[in-house]
Amino acid sequence: MSFLELNKVTKVYPNGTKAVHETSMNVENGEFMVFVGPSGCGKSTLLRMIAGLEDITEGDINLDGKLINKVDPSERDVAMVFQNYALYPHMNVYNNLAYGLKNRGIDKQSIEQKVNDAAKLLQISEFLQRKPSMLSGGQRQRVAMGRAIVRNPKIFLFDEPLSNLDAKLRIQMRLEIKKLQQKVGVTSIFVTHDQVEAMTLADRLAVINNGIIEQLGTPIEIYNNPKSLFVAGFIGSPQMNFIDGELKNKTLFAEGFEIKNVQSDFNGEITLGIRPEHMSQSDSGLINLSVELVEQLGSDNLIYGELKNKKDFCYRCPGNQLIEKGSKISLNINDNNYYVFDKSSGNRVN
Amino acid sequence: MKIKPLQIIAHIILIMGVLLMVVPIWISFASSSHESVTILTEGMKFHLGDQLTRNYNEVLNEKGGWSEEVTAAKMFINSFVMALGIATLKVIISAMSAYALVYFRFKLAVPIFWVIFITLLVPLEVRIFPSYKIVSDLGLTNSYTGLILPLVASATATFFFRQFYKTIPDELLESAKLDGANSWRFFIDFLVPLSKTMIAAMFIFMFVYGYSQYLWPLIMTTAEEYWTVVMGMKIIYTESYEGVALPRTAERFAYIILSMIPPVLVVVFLQKWFIKGLIQTEK
Ligand SMILES: Nc1ncnc2c1ncn2[C@@H]1O[C@H](COP(=O)(O)OP(=O)(O)OP(=O)(O)O)[C@@H](O)[C@H]1O
Ligand SMILES: [Mg+2]
Repeated sequence: MSFLELNKVTKVYPNGTKAVHETSMNVENGEFMVFVGPSGCGKSTLLRMIAGLEDITEGDINLDGKLINKVDPSERDVAMVFQNYALYPHMNVYNNLAYGLKNRGIDKQSIEQKVNDAAKLLQISEFLQRKPSMLSGGQRQRVAMGRAIVRNPKIFLFDEPLSNLDAKLRIQMRLEIKKLQQKVGVTSIFVTHDQVEAMTLADRLAVINNGIIEQLGTPIEIYNNPKSLFVAGFIGSPQMNFIDGELKNKTLFAEGFEIKNVQSDFNGEITLGIRPEHMSQSDSGLINLSVELVEQLGSDNLIYGELKNKKDFCYRCPGNQLIEKGSKISLNINDNNYYVFDKSSGNRVN
Repeated sequence: MKIKPLQIIAHIILIMGVLLMVVPIWISFASSSHESVTILTEGMKFHLGDQLTRNYNEVLNEKGGWSEEVTAAKMFINSFVMALGIATLKVIISAMSAYALVYFRFKLAVPIFWVIFITLLVPLEVRIFPSYKIVSDLGLTNSYTGLILPLVASATATFFFRQFYKTIPDELLESAKLDGANSWRFFIDFLVPLSKTMIAAMFIFMFVYGYSQYLWPLIMTTAEEYWTVVMGMKIIYTESYEGVALPRTAERFAYIILSMIPPVLVVVFLQKWFIKGLIQTEK
């Protein structure tokens, strides 16, 4: 039995919005699970049902071997970090951390011990006497983390905790969260719509779309083997290139080129997906691109060009490989690293 | 800093406002320190006289009323108890009912709120006969309970607390819940400290309201030991002059000055909280 088990969990809001459809998944003890998906796909709803802040319309949630559907949030022993941190504005940092412990009837001395330990871990010891309004965004973020850690809960829930930080701080905090979780070893669920955040943090990743888990797996599995058009488009940056085409008797016809011996029995309209980083230049390549725009990132260059009827086709090459705007280049797909999707259903067919 | 003409005008208006408020009080105070004869013959005074302690002593301790039983000091205590009781209970009850209306999302919350709101249209003066009937049937005439109880519900305060609670983000409640706080703890540990300013303001407002009640104590009290300051004011102006040659004008002024002290004290005392809340925006 897994640590957290979701069994056909469904959420219908009172106004009729169906936010989560029959979702089942398991999270193992100590695992870092990330929910990723576009805005409005139901990530927060799913997380809030685990926290007990939203009623479960149908299905079961088990935590640590116990059915928690009807358990009050105050008794679930879960901790949550909110997007806007939800620090207690009238309490200083010390009391923000101590409040949950006080409610559990822990004696003063151990509270002090725990709060000081957590504060040291998060490097907020010097702010303990300050009110949250006197802290910077990053410091507030740490306090919010501290409030979760100090109680040593069964599970941490994070709802986009980094989205209010600037880009640099976000990357730094991302790293710290990951390190912290490995150190503390508490099972965590992290919600984000940023796929880079998802890839870097997750032990396992759940890609959610329209209230359904499209794919569940390790970040690398999902990157290498996306099961659907949606997952393929969502994971990976820059985005995968999609080209419409047709598959007939294992031969794929796309805009101006064809691929033979495709590993698929599918016949009909398809969408071909190629990652920008899965191509390389060659003299007589498959794909002929007229370069329109070059983005130099230093380590890499992103080449955008036109391919017959397909605009903004992207190719990623090492930064030392100079390609001029207006030139024509010819590309081959490395090691048959391409994906074929059924155009109507979006399912992978190769 | 350069002083702009607009600022000068604003200050002139402010100073005029202050004078308008302060001068009559000063005249009353100055006049209360003379002999009644002086005031009756020479008019009101701007400077202090030499009868200050005598006049105030007399007002506070002289027994008055029909049966000569009640002193002004007793009336001050009565009014203070009544106003304190009304203000305290009004704040507690309305804060709690607003809490119920905002956070316990039961179906009838909105209609109930409007019913509470409509009671603004029926102040005590309108429902004075039924209220009196109930209180007297309960045997509460001539008691502090009877003076206070019919006035403890407040639609105004409920409304203000409700509006304030609505501005508190939901995440705060959710986060507190996950930290193990039940509804009661959330009220005490969060809503009360967060609405300190509001509570202080409401308390001042309701204290003055309770203190200046006239009709209700007038109807409610037959025993002189429950008379209130405002009732006393009426009495001191219509007292008979048997044995006294002249109307006691100076003592009247002394009484007026004394009657202002309790509300002023409440304001001065709570002002600290009030201003603290205004300066620190903790949200
Ligand atoms: N209280 C509510 N009542 C009705 N519908 C709601 C409520 N909360 C959310 N929804 C709807 O449920 C769906 C899922 O919302 P949810 O907040 O879970 O999205 P999300 O994946 O967290 O999005 P975001 O990344 O923008 O936070 C949305 O369509 C939203 O409009
Ligand atoms: Mg969300």
